Amino acid sequence: MTENAIEAHGLVKRYGDKRALDGVDLDVARGAVCALLGPNGAGKTTAVRVLTTLTAPDAGTATVAGHDIARDPVSVRRSLGLAAQDATVDGLLTGHENLTMIGELHHLGRKVARARADELLEQFSLIDARDKLARDFSGGMRRRLDLAATLVARPEILFLDEPTTGLDPRARNDLWDVLDQLVAQGSTILLTTQYLEEADRLADDIVVVDHGRVIARGDSRALKRQVGGDQLHVVVADRADLDAVAEIVERIARTAPTVDAGARSVSAPAEGGVAAIAELAHALTEAEIRVEDLGLSQPTLDDAFLTLTGAPAPAPAPSDVETQTETVEQTR
Amino acid sequence: MSNTFLSDTWVIARRGLKHMRRQPEALSDATIQPVMFVLLFAFVFGGAIAVPGGGSYKEFLMGGIFAQTIVFGAFGVAMSLSADRNNGAIDRFHSLPIPRASVLAGHSVANLIRALLPIAFMSATGFVVGWRIHSGFLDILGAYGLMLGFSFAIIWIGVLLGSLVSTPEAVQGVAFIAIFPITFIASTFVPTSTLPGVLKTIAEWNPTSSLANSLRHLFGNPGGIAPPGSVWPIAHPIAYTLIWAVAIVVVCAPLAVLQYQRSIKS
Ligand SMILES: Nc1ncnc2c1ncn2[C@@H]1O[C@H](COP(=O)(O)OP(=O)(O)O)[C@@H](O)[C@H]1O
Ligand SMILES: [Mg+2]
Repeated sequence: MTENAIEAHGLVKRYGDKRALDGVDLDVARGAVCALLGPNGAGKTTAVRVLTTLTAPDAGTATVAGHDIARDPVSVRRSLGLAAQDATVDGLLTGHENLTMIGELHHLGRKVARARADELLEQFSLIDARDKLARDFSGGMRRRLDLAATLVARPEILFLDEPTTGLDPRARNDLWDVLDQLVAQGSTILLTTQYLEEADRLADDIVVVDHGRVIARGDSRALKRQVGGDQLHVVVADRADLDAVAEIVERIARTAPTVDAGARSVSAPAEGGVAAIAELAHALTEAEIRVEDLGLSQPTLDDAFLTLTGAPAPAPAPSDVETQTETVEQTR
Repeated sequence: MSNTFLSDTWVIARRGLKHMRRQPEALSDATIQPVMFVLLFAFVFGGAIAVPGGGSYKEFLMGGIFAQTIVFGAFGVAMSLSADRNNGAIDRFHSLPIPRASVLAGHSVANLIRALLPIAFMSATGFVVGWRIHSGFLDILGAYGLMLGFSFAIIWIGVLLGSLVSTPEAVQGVAFIAIFPITFIASTFVPTSTLPGVLKTIAEWNPTSSLANSLRHLFGNPGGIAPPGSVWPIAHPIAYTLIWAVAIVVVCAPLAVLQYQRSIKS
């Protein structure tokens, strides 16, 4: 038995001339949550399919729960639960039948499978949809049922391929809460996502992939650090003070700050860290400027992605943009 | 591992049967369509079609509709398989600790059971419109046995089709341009002797004809065995049908399994 739940070395998968995976190494510790973060076509799904034995790699080796994916695929399958990218629940079966079937195919026996199905429906707030055909479920319900299906046999490791893609913000938040519970129970999770925010929110470790290669890895703080230092950030109470503040910030940061008149904010990269904050606070007090917010902030993962890939982070789908502005409005 | 093969196959077959129950529209080729053909041909065209050697056209017709419905069975298998290939169900099954062969086996079992449905349905409809059996118990047994055996062979054509063609819509297209003519250029609705030139030759060698004629013979209905001197397939319909059934299984089953495995690989 190896220490890690998932270990992969030099995974390569070709489709014709295209290398969907081009030498991927991966270590996921037991009980850890690892996010594969990358734009569309980066190779995330291919990595998941290789690790779940759905497709064989052209080169490289991997173990999942200590079992070799090539030599002992059945033991691998017994220890994992997979939620594929497009929630593959069976639309012509009810919620309960979907879960029971999975349980029977895990050889729990009909009776245990049925009981386990009810338990999971309860846990995922799907009990009202127990006897409804899954094709009539909403997107969020389908995802929850799909997630429940991966848990039927209490697997050691969960593979979740873009678990929240296509969900509206509320359904996404619900799903995140469910994932938090799973994490609290100690499940090992490998999830993929195109959303920087999601990786940041859920994962201990983030592995950034692009064109079939790992281009960065680490926890989100380390990733951000890799991309650049902290930012000084001031929000003033009175817009009229902006010019004065910009001058002060420029003196301390020794570089031209970014001024956002709408947000009444001034920001600039800060070399000196906490010392710079202290100096800035002192200078602002002396100038008798009313400050609403003052602090050091780390760059966003979006900034990180831009630096790492040389391209902006993938824009969310248009529908997401709409729904996200909706939430903004709601929270106002 | 392999000791779960049978039980896993049955779990997947039960799922297939539930699918059929919940998609009555997809069952129409096995239920409504044959009934429509019976009514259409028995009451609309029937009067204009003469059966060689005399006899009731309705009794002639039933063997043809049975044969047509059985050949159409390929369509149902192909549809359900290609749907599964497209909606991720096959991936889900393959991520479970079951022998992978049980997925295909489950489909086949479900479709074999599905094939029994229209046979029973047609028998009842036929009886209502005036179809009668004029033969002994063993012949009747032989007729239903032949239908079951041919249905089994046809499943492999369906698996092959479902693995070759990428989407359910494409399966529908192929069914329309391939399976439909096969069931029509045959002795399904009219005796082959009434067909012109090359169509007659095609119909005489078409196993749909020999299956229809075998059933007519075994049920004691008109149009069974052609008189001596006719081409071999219609003079020996039962032997010719059995040869086809065996040949389809021997050729198509391995090809179908191979193609299915290739279609799910990448
Ligand atoms: N079955 C396949 N046949 C051909 N190309 C494929 C196949 N699966 C994936 N690819 C290609 O491999 C690359 C990685 O795809 P994928 O792993 O699905 O990316 P992601 O999940 O990150 O969006 C893409 O360029 C995709 O077009
Ligand atoms: Mg993907």
